[in-house]
Amino acid sequence: MVSASSERYVASTVAQSVKILVVGAFGVGKTTLIGSVSEIAPLRTEETMTSASVGVDSLAGLDDKATTTVAMDFGRITVNPEVVLYLFGTPGQRRFWDLWEGLAEGAVGALVLIDTRRIEDSFEVFDQLETRTGIPFAVAVNEFSDAPRYGPEQLREALDLLPDTPIVMCDARHKESSAQALIKLVEHALHNTKALT
Amino acid sequence: MDDYRDHPVRPYVLTSGRAHPSRNTIRPETLLVVDPDAPRPIAPTSQQKALLEMCGGMLSLAEAAAHLRLPVSLVVVIASDLVDTGHLQVRAAPRHTPPPVELLEKVLDGLRKL
Repeated sequence: MVSASSERYVASTVAQSVKILVVGAFGVGKTTLIGSVSEIAPLRTEETMTSASVGVDSLAGLDDKATTTVAMDFGRITVNPEVVLYLFGTPGQRRFWDLWEGLAEGAVGALVLIDTRRIEDSFEVFDQLETRTGIPFAVAVNEFSDAPRYGPEQLREALDLLPDTPIVMCDARHKESSAQALIKLVEHALHNTKALT
Repeated sequence: MDDYRDHPVRPYVLTSGRAHPSRNTIRPETLLVVDPDAPRPIAPTSQQKALLEMCGGMLSLAEAAAHLRLPVSLVVVIASDLVDTGHLQVRAAPRHTPPPVELLEKVLDGLRKL
């Protein structure tokens, strides 16, 4: 990392951390969105999972064990002198949750980033979020210049979303746009939490 | 990002065969810092030494892992041991429930100022 060590560390006044998951299929712009709002250059961490093949053991031994690496890119925003927010960018498919169980626990919610050129890539992401985490989520459509444009209600129907799930159009390259998408998610989470109390 | 590739050493080789931490209170967002007044471990492993040096200022576990280029799951095990022995402090225990209204409002205010 090129950042100076003074920028590397969290301010000593910070007493608690919170997290938002930025979830979406490969290449949808998760790291771009995180980088546009993060105070640090996005960092990457990798987990490795070994899964033995099902069936008869091979004489070759180790060769039938497949190794899967699942990466997670993340960034940080110090929202006030006492609170730091982490943005964890996660692919959100089934094997990711197998490996990162508990990542969603205690999270504010998830911002699901989608690309209208490949909407079907996000089906597994929604499925997993709903069945594995139960955390509130909002949908951000990363508007690539050559992507077809749909209205929020068309997308709500295509993605089979609840009437109150926020859908926001964004350009993940721009800080204001990314921040606006995160704001929609936190407003939604706040609304849900208030409704429960 | 979703590529498959080989990894030369299984992470648990570095943790004496343990794949799970001694406690379940450290998450990627958990803030860690070394207490400057705490004694240093007498015979730290190279990973323990690296993590303690990294946490000379406050960092989340995920950041420490990324800077050290080690998997989060491995650093959780190393950090848990160091927390147990008092060499590393956890700034705030991770929450198991959704954030309360007051905390969500602070996050919202902070995002609106970006």
